[in-house]
Amino acid sequence: MTVILEADGIVSGYGEVDILHGVSLMVDEGEIVAVIGPNGAGKSTLLKSAFGLLKLRKGKLLLDGVDATNLPPQKMVRNGVSYVPQSDNVFPSLTIVENLEMGAFVSRGNYKQRLGEVYDLFPALAERPNVKAGKLSGGQRQMLALARALMLQPRLLLLDEPTASLSPRMVGDILTKIRDINRKGVAILIVEQNAREALNLCHRGYVLVMGKNAMEDTGQNLLHSEEVGRLYLGG
Amino acid sequence: MISDFLNPSYLAGFLTLVIIYSVFAIGLNVHWGYTGIFNFGVAGFFAVGAYTSAIITKKPATGDYMTYVGGLELPFVVGLLGAGVACAILAFIIGIPTLRLREDYLAIASIGVAETLRRVFINEMGLVNGTRGMIGIPQPLHGLVDQADYKYVYLAIAAAILVIVYIAVERVLRSPWGRVLRAIREDEITAAASGKDIFAFKMQAFMLGAFIMGLGGAMYASYVRAITPDTFVPMFGTFLIWVMLIVGGSGNNKGAILGALAVWLIWDRTGALVSDAQNPSIFYVRNLLIGVLVVAVLLLRPKGIWGEEKRVSIYAGKEPERARRKEPGEASEPAGAASVIEEPGESGAP
Amino acid sequence: MAQLIVIGLIMSSIIALGAIGLTLIYGILKFANFAHGDLMTVGAYIAFQTFVGGGHIGPLSFGYGMILAILAAMVVVGVVSVIIDRLVYRPLRRRNAGLVILAMASLGMAIIVRSLVYLGWGPDQRFYTPGLQYAHQFPLGIALKPDQMFIGAAAIISVVSVYLLLYRTTLGRAMRATADNMELARVTGIDTERVVIATWAIGGSLAGLAGVLLGIQSHLMPEMGFIFILPLFAASILGGVGSPHGALVGALVVGISQEVSTEWISPAYKPAIAFILLFAILLVRPRGIFGVKD
Repeated sequence: MTVILEADGIVSGYGEVDILHGVSLMVDEGEIVAVIGPNGAGKSTLLKSAFGLLKLRKGKLLLDGVDATNLPPQKMVRNGVSYVPQSDNVFPSLTIVENLEMGAFVSRGNYKQRLGEVYDLFPALAERPNVKAGKLSGGQRQMLALARALMLQPRLLLLDEPTASLSPRMVGDILTKIRDINRKGVAILIVEQNAREALNLCHRGYVLVMGKNAMEDTGQNLLHSEEVGRLYLGG
Repeated sequence: MISDFLNPSYLAGFLTLVIIYSVFAIGLNVHWGYTGIFNFGVAGFFAVGAYTSAIITKKPATGDYMTYVGGLELPFVVGLLGAGVACAILAFIIGIPTLRLREDYLAIASIGVAETLRRVFINEMGLVNGTRGMIGIPQPLHGLVDQADYKYVYLAIAAAILVIVYIAVERVLRSPWGRVLRAIREDEITAAASGKDIFAFKMQAFMLGAFIMGLGGAMYASYVRAITPDTFVPMFGTFLIWVMLIVGGSGNNKGAILGALAVWLIWDRTGALVSDAQNPSIFYVRNLLIGVLVVAVLLLRPKGIWGEEKRVSIYAGKEPERARRKEPGEASEPAGAASVIEEPGESGAP
Repeated sequence: MAQLIVIGLIMSSIIALGAIGLTLIYGILKFANFAHGDLMTVGAYIAFQTFVGGGHIGPLSFGYGMILAILAAMVVVGVVSVIIDRLVYRPLRRRNAGLVILAMASLGMAIIVRSLVYLGWGPDQRFYTPGLQYAHQFPLGIALKPDQMFIGAAAIISVVSVYLLLYRTTLGRAMRATADNMELARVTGIDTERVVIATWAIGGSLAGLAGVLLGIQSHLMPEMGFIFILPLFAASILGGVGSPHGALVGALVVGISQEVSTEWISPAYKPAIAFILLFAILLVRPRGIFGVKD
């Protein structure tokens, strides 16, 4: 099992405030890794730090074992890492197919083929490719955001609360899609408020509290752990 | 270059204009430095103040070459206050629709107002004598001394007005009202959450600043004694004052005065070169210099000469998305960067 | 009245070219470029400087030298715009400078540019070619000079080209994406720096073209572009900042209204008309016709 992403003792934050106080994690090839924890724990911050959207004040980031600390997002993208923000994650005035094309911006080769593969995974998008993304529902947008990220043919996908503000049915759909994507060999680091679903989905999970690592175990173990159940799974 | 300043009469004139511009700068400071109102139409208030004072203090119009309203022949003080009031009223009228606008839209709207006013002054001949302008504007206490010494009298009067304005504004800004204003400027959303009627405060500040600009306009009119709509072109009537505020340091009345001095010095000395060089192009060099000056200050020392800023990010702890994008219309950002303005000498927290 | 509308259309073409550039820059950089009018002035004067040769292309008042001059103007203004951005605006953006700072910087640049034009060519009016042109008579009392038809044609060609660029090329889509959400664009791997450069180059060259056409339509003066600032902003905001079709529609409304207004009020008030339109839209629907809600 090769490690794709390794974060070691990350300290980062906004303005004068540190949100993360030394967080470490690892994502192996082909894994789904979930990060759960209470609000304000720093889950989104962690993802942004991993993608180069936030400067690391301390700590290291390794991509394929090579130092990638503070690599800007464009370079991360070129290294096969794709990121889906929680909100504002599609271009509203561009159509579906134009959004997807933006996803493929970095590497132009075999665009048609990749588009075809993405359409296979997301048939709903293939039905109406010329609709403006701004007109889509929340769930459809989330699908589009995921699809867009896949156009880059990433090895690692960073997902920031993909089920946020989605209806329960859509939540199921999205999670199924994520599983499908993972089956094709894409490693996934997913940050979620919806702890139960995330733990059900993932191979391994981390619990983040107040910007620090609190627990780490397999998804199933965490799911059945009493402590986690009490604190985060809401009974 | 310096020899001009050894001539007391010239020096008196120079200082008078610095004082008049300081008054404008303080007025603009109330708008921008303290309230975050992006007023690009200063020339409009300048003009209204000057013309109002002229109308109030001059004799009535006499036939063909001079047509204007008013001509009340009242004393300078009345003209002064009348100018202030007229500008405050103008601010009220403009403010109702525009103060709720986004920063940049407010700026554009204020340019429009000033330009429209200028065109009205040019075109409506019966109003303020159009392009021929108003001449022979009376001066306060004129009979007191010989013509040759009058400059010093006027300088004294102007200085007195500046001192009063300065003290008054400083007092007002340290009052509870002033503190609310500052809170609004730094973070409108939080200030609104604490229940303050943002709009009312902004309007009051807008009218106060306009009143002060009106005073400046009246002072200018009585000093130069002749004004035309060309006096109030955007460069001279708006831009120059903004440059003064930026160079001197906004958020700070001492900075406003200092900026007025610095910029007027440059303006005056470059103008003096015209007589030396006999080349009218020098006037454009002067504009060029001012343009370069402001861009240089913005790039190299955005807080100006006197501006002091304690840099505390107002986005600390807020949602990251907002910290990243500088959205126009989001909590107004003070000059330079997200910061808390602290004046020298101010003690304690608000 | 029909004649006024037609003149309005001609002026609208010129306004449109300036407004499209302005709105693209506004949309992508969230920056109100107060120097845009003066960029038009630069274009006009560069063309003036590089316009050589006499002769006439058909009934037009100028020869092929003008085509070259126009190209020169567009290239120069495009390049100058990019340079100004790199030297002045970008460092300020990097520092997270507030809107006011950027606007003041653009005003400063406007003053600098205008002063340079004054120093280079003096304050007097200039013309590309001497003499008057005869207007062709059309029904409804419309009279159009061949030069004016040229202006209309040039504007149409340019606008169509811009549309093709924005909707049919990858760069155009990247520009629209960046205007939608710059951070997301970066996250997607779009080289936003290059998009910014392209935006300035395109916006600048359109402004340059607008300046030359304005010079052809009337005359050259150092203040010529600055006077256009209000109509340009009015058109952009009316149509919805960031939207090119918005700028087009806005330009039509502003241009025609300005000309038609002279039927009842003095021509000196034309910019005031633009301002009133601007004011009205800000009160009623601040996001403009095609704008998206903030």
